[in-house]
Amino acid sequence: MSTPTRLVEVRQQVLKQNDLAARALRQRFHAAGVFVVSLVSGPGAGKTAFLEEVLKRLCARNRVAALVGDLATDNDARRLARAQVPIRQITTGTVCHLEAEMIGNALAGWRLDDLDFLFIENVGNLVCPSTYDLGEDLRLVLLSVTEGEDKPLKYPTIFHTADVAVITKSDLAAAAEFNRTAVYRNIRSVRPDMQVFEVSAKTGEGMDPCLRFLESRRVESRPGRGSNPEGAVMPGHT
Amino acid sequence: MHELSLALNILDVVAEEAERCGGVRVLGIYLKLGPLAGVVKEALLSAYEIARVGSSLEGAELVIEEVPVMAYCPTCGTVREVVSVQQLCCIECGTPAHQLVSGRELEVVALEIQ
Repeated sequence: MSTPTRLVEVRQQVLKQNDLAARALRQRFHAAGVFVVSLVSGPGAGKTAFLEEVLKRLCARNRVAALVGDLATDNDARRLARAQVPIRQITTGTVCHLEAEMIGNALAGWRLDDLDFLFIENVGNLVCPSTYDLGEDLRLVLLSVTEGEDKPLKYPTIFHTADVAVITKSDLAAAAEFNRTAVYRNIRSVRPDMQVFEVSAKTGEGMDPCLRFLESRRVESRPGRGSNPEGAVMPGHT
Repeated sequence: MHELSLALNILDVVAEEAERCGGVRVLGIYLKLGPLAGVVKEALLSAYEIARVGSSLEGAELVIEEVPVMAYCPTCGTVREVVSVQQLCCIECGTPAHQLVSGRELEVVALEIQ
């Protein structure tokens, strides 16, 4: 006689392992007082150029560092190293996205409490990174004026998991016949309350409001921890 | 593209669960999938067909239930479905949806065991 089958209820997150690793990272970042911002976009949207400009401008008043994910090359890390801040490359090989465990491994040996900001540049991909929590405080999705205005409608999930949209290469808007109204409409259709910045890493246009936003978000989420460019130990900074 | 690694994750969590139930044989895996999980149902099913071969769960079928995006609508004063993932607003009154209640599920909810 065969054993009868039965249905048992379970509740298991498929991404349990990543979620646990991300939660541990988030606690670590919070305890160290470092504000963590990740960047996602399709290939070629200008993540590296934007991040290079962010690092250069922020490092005057803050202690900043970055992790850069790439499938195969360290070109982006070498470009970012020009900003003279600590940079580490995460080469993912055939993996099309970063996972929380990769972030934890890449941080080995870094003293997080010596940092005000940590940036994480994800692999250029508008699909897979949306599924993985990296323990970040803020996720920026970048979209360049040279891409189609319907990108948010084609990749709603990545816009949904991000907190803020950054429209890049604004210096090319006229040449690319960028339809600002359509892009804002599409972004807000998939994410009604999404904050949007427009920047040009090349001319610097729009960078300041975006940086002020990042700095204010850091202050809000890490009260009592000012920026500390001299690297001196702050009272109560453990 | 990341569906194969997710299929392997499914096998891991189910194998762990089967072990906890005393080493039962798993015939079916029931998964809830939300449209905002960033996963394509068909791709996950094909990836799973590859992943299960040679594993301890080779005989387990994967059954995916797609669940809608639901949000609290302040205008209707209740939880409603949204129009679509491209148009995140109340299906009844069109109010933009800010407070999602579901839609990001990627969760094993039941096992058929023997």
